[in-house]
Amino acid sequence: MLDRLNSKQMASFAARGLLRFDGRVPQDINELFIDEAGGRNLSNYAELMANSRIPEVPAGTGLMEAYASDTALGRLVRLPWVRGAIESLVGPGSLIDHHFLHVLMPSGERGTTQHTHQDSTIDPRLTFDIQIMYFPHQVTPEMGGTRYVPGTHLRVVSEMAIARYQNIAGQEHVVCPAGTLIFAHHGLWHGGGRNRSDRVRFMFKIRLNPTVRQQRLWDTSDLPEDLAQRPIFHVKGRRDPDHIHSILTRGERWFENDTGRIEYINRIRFWRFLLGDESFDADYWATRVENEPLSAAQSGSLGNMSGNAPGTSGN
Amino acid sequence: MRRQQVLVLYLKNSALDSGVAAWALYDGTGRKRHMSGDADGPPYDTGLAALQDGWRLIQASPLLDHGVGNEFRTGYLKYEFFFERLVEVG
Repeated sequence: MLDRLNSKQMASFAARGLLRFDGRVPQDINELFIDEAGGRNLSNYAELMANSRIPEVPAGTGLMEAYASDTALGRLVRLPWVRGAIESLVGPGSLIDHHFLHVLMPSGERGTTQHTHQDSTIDPRLTFDIQIMYFPHQVTPEMGGTRYVPGTHLRVVSEMAIARYQNIAGQEHVVCPAGTLIFAHHGLWHGGGRNRSDRVRFMFKIRLNPTVRQQRLWDTSDLPEDLAQRPIFHVKGRRDPDHIHSILTRGERWFENDTGRIEYINRIRFWRFLLGDESFDADYWATRVENEPLSAAQSGSLGNMSGNAPGTSGN
Repeated sequence: MRRQQVLVLYLKNSALDSGVAAWALYDGTGRKRHMSGDADGPPYDTGLAALQDGWRLIQASPLLDHGVGNEFRTGYLKYEFFFERLVEVG
């Protein structure tokens, strides 16, 4: 039995580029993972790799073939809610692109943070990979948890080219209990912090590629059949913040005045891809710029459009 | 002896008095090492506020036409303003 994502969660992923589940992985899996990783009492990365029981996995290996079911990672990816989230995003049969244990040794004030970047390289696809970030132990503010910028995932940039953006309004830093998972779109801008605590920090990342078309893979039972347009701009009451249109048109603090609107359009196009419905729109952002009538006006219709009877003056 | 401090502001639009979307600081005096993720609030609310505090504008990004077919592609932040300040050291 899989516990798939619902439509609001998927819309939030489309808009913000991530879903976060704090403290949801059982503690016995977290402890087993840390043990299999070689423990947190280590002095360097070579020592860690020598002691690690996390397998090397060839790129393109099926997720369900990569980890034995009695290992921490095998148990993790078989949790119904984890597998449900994975299959909602990248479908069944996903492949491991790579996995990697990010280890941040205590550095005190001498260390530096990692530049903000987008993983891999320029990637303009609508098809997307996910990156699962697993935090097996508590991450305190001093540990320099991963920094990420919600809503950046649809920007087409070239990896570290964005390093000059030292700080971005709305950036978030992972501070979390043990057993936290983030499912991120591959395009999400992020970077590591510096560890000013006295404990080693772990974050294990798994990148997954889909092998199926990413269309309606989640639990769509809550998806309205007819997402009609709503009044826009001149609106008297507070609008439902959980409406799919509200989720897709909620800005981020870093949005520029003009390109923030283009982000809405790109989210709408991403949601169309996920729905398999090119007619979808949210709050008219796409319809307006796609409206190019081709048929000629019918004889006599111009008079009707003006609201005046033929032969009368409009004054 | 003077050293340069550099402030980069990414504003919300092309106006220097618009709000700040992102920022970076580099201190040539060596007194402070700024780095990614080290502040969650901007040093100034607008580019104009930086001018009023003594920063000199040395470069602003131009406004570029949108390439045909790429009108809706987003990538790098658009409104980049470089400022400098010269500081006496030693």
